[in-house]
Amino acid sequence: MAATPLNLKVLSEKRTPLSGGHRLCAGCAEAIIVKQVLLAIDDPVVVINGTGCLEVSTTIFPYTAWRVPWIHVAFENTAAVAAGVEAAYRALIRRRAIPEDRRVVFVAFAGDGGTYDIGLQALSGALERGHKFLYVCLDNEGYMNTGIQRSSATPRGAWTTTTPVGAVMPGKPQWRKDLTGIIAAHRIPYVAQAAPSHWKDLMSKVRKAVAADGPAFLNVLADCNRGWRHDPALTLEVTRMAVETCYWPLFEVENGVWRLSYRPRRKLPITEYLKLQGRFAHLFQPEYQNLVAEIQAEVDRRWEELLRRCGEHV
Amino acid sequence: MGRWMALEGTEAVAYAMKQIAPDVVAAYPITPQTGIVQTFAQFVADGEVSTEFLQVESEHSALSACVGAAAAGARAMTATSSQGLALMWEILYIAAAMRLPVVMPVVNRALSAPINIHCDHSDSMGARDAGWIQIYSENAQEAYDNTLQAVRIAEHPQVRLPVMVMMDGFITSHAVERVWIEEDDAVRAFVGTYQPACTLLNLERPLTFGALDFYDYYFEHKRHQVEAMRRAKEAILEVAEDFARRFGRRYGLFETYRLEDAEVALVVLSSTAGTARVAVDNLRRLGWRVGLLKPRVYRPFPDHELIEALRHVRAIGVMDRAIAFGAMENGGPLWLDMLAAAYRHGLHIPIANYVFGLGGRDITPSEIEGIFTDLMQIAERGMITRPVTYVGVRGEAPLPTPAEWALWLPEATIAGD
Ligand SMILES: Cc1ncc(C[n+]2csc(CCOP(=O)(O)OP(=O)(O)O)c2C)c(N)n1
Ligand code: SF4
Ligand SMILES: [Mg+2]
Repeated sequence: MAATPLNLKVLSEKRTPLSGGHRLCAGCAEAIIVKQVLLAIDDPVVVINGTGCLEVSTTIFPYTAWRVPWIHVAFENTAAVAAGVEAAYRALIRRRAIPEDRRVVFVAFAGDGGTYDIGLQALSGALERGHKFLYVCLDNEGYMNTGIQRSSATPRGAWTTTTPVGAVMPGKPQWRKDLTGIIAAHRIPYVAQAAPSHWKDLMSKVRKAVAADGPAFLNVLADCNRGWRHDPALTLEVTRMAVETCYWPLFEVENGVWRLSYRPRRKLPITEYLKLQGRFAHLFQPEYQNLVAEIQAEVDRRWEELLRRCGEHV
Repeated sequence: MGRWMALEGTEAVAYAMKQIAPDVVAAYPITPQTGIVQTFAQFVADGEVSTEFLQVESEHSALSACVGAAAAGARAMTATSSQGLALMWEILYIAAAMRLPVVMPVVNRALSAPINIHCDHSDSMGARDAGWIQIYSENAQEAYDNTLQAVRIAEHPQVRLPVMVMMDGFITSHAVERVWIEEDDAVRAFVGTYQPACTLLNLERPLTFGALDFYDYYFEHKRHQVEAMRRAKEAILEVAEDFARRFGRRYGLFETYRLEDAEVALVVLSSTAGTARVAVDNLRRLGWRVGLLKPRVYRPFPDHELIEALRHVRAIGVMDRAIAFGAMENGGPLWLDMLAAAYRHGLHIPIANYVFGLGGRDITPSEIEGIFTDLMQIAERGMITRPVTYVGVRGEAPLPTPAEWALWLPEATIAGD
């Protein structure tokens, strides 16, 4: 069977595995990303979801927004649960409890808190063991479900409720963790970074991830207008600016080969991204000029490092 | 026909696991459970069992993977001890509440701190309210038999709850015993195949597992769990009956020894029951009417049956290999349950607590004779002066010896057998 072409007209006619009526905030990128990921997959999917905004907002008993099999167990164990489900699938095929030709794609969704922080160990273990599943990190750069607390994905200088801006604190003091790099170091078949503003790029990556012979990881920037403090209508615009400023580069690591999948025609200054969001508003006061310069320098440094890894001219 | 084998406790359980041939085993090594993981790994490596064996990176992930596998319709097992069980704590409750029939041998070991690898029951006792069925085994044979039965109990359509099968760390796990191993086919016929009520891999009927559940339904779901636990007692007996019919070994909710005409009784779990039997025999030789009750099923707690079995005695001693810190008199959990059961069923006799063997401290027949002596005094006086005794601890007032007590026993009761 030929894969569904990635064109909007055809895709819009597909039934979305995540129905409307869920309780995610208006403009939440998590719903957009979930639909993009699942619509890219033609085979039946089973979803494993860690605790977080997506889970709480889509399954308030006795309702569910999921039209596909879905399981949530806890916060830090999404990858371990996925490993168990995937192992069960293999075992049940072996003892012929399910037909051998039944193809199922296992997709795990978890937030940055559930992935960069508390669930990193379980994820690392599952990747090392080589379970065949796609793990999607919905990276909204904070613990949003519990009310916008910092995570190790929160960028330097960002306001959160646990990195408040005060007389002696300019928001989060530390740089964000390079999780995509850490996952790539596991040498799994497919690792990529994506953004919902670049939906075709994201969906093509999902296709590659699912076709990979082993675990695949997708880190997706997931704008949270509540936590990032902006108009809910601007979700994709803010996301696009993260890509255009090279704050969130789009790339993939396929069997160890790094490749940039999108290069902005003209790299925009980081302030174009920062100024759209209330969480960075304080940075535009004169006393934080140096910090903005440091943030720009760090974005440049990481971007150039990525270009070199991808064999692009710097 | 089965056969006799010389096996350590952990090997006997690994053997049971091989015969059960679960679809998925996810486990992490910890002393003294390690023998289970290692022996099972060898079975897998030798192609003797085709289980998906996940050597996960933690016990938290081990149980999480079992939950995922069981929800997907697979028969899943893990095994652990002590710190490993403590690390699983969050998922213990989830496995039970999601009604997933995971079976987990637990090799009892003291909890840190101080770090200690030897036996006590602080690990599994800490999990007593997590919603798991708990079955305690005295020796390797019982650990083997209970593991086989646990699968049937957990998956029983009236139950669908996870089950822990305990054995004492080192004492049982590392001692080589003669174990009767049943034939593979007979075990397979006994355990049958897992028939899940609903599964995640049923693509025709997509289900949501583990939804958010607030004040409008959470309580009802907890109430259902209570019903399952209530029904478990009957299911355990039903499974034991079938086990006895097939294999000839009979199990109940508990086992008694020389209890019928006993004046005082001791209640103790697991391997210490073996030691206590020696003490009972020694004292019976002196003419003392002492008896023993060894609970097998601790959760669900068979309160009514236990009290009926003990109603004729004048005093009860409950031995605990764990402390419920801050609970009444800082006694042990089994004692607290026994007190509550006695009150509930109108048995008004002295019930004393003897906390023993923490961190693997040995308990000898003569110490247990001391406990019986204390109980004889309590029965005679009809009251307790020391509700909780920490047996064999430096600084603790010693228990009386049988010789001391014999001096004051009325003539009639000393006549030997
Ligand atoms: C063990 C544990 N610790 C803490 C929590 C509380 N908690 C629930 S969701 C969450 C944050 C989720 O953040 P993230 O994974 O980034 O998902 P988001 O809600 O941002 O999408 C926290 C801290 C929990 N459920 N379990
Ligand atoms: S708080 Fe943020 S991540 Fe959570 S539902 Fe709202 S917009 Fe989405
Ligand atoms: Mg988050």
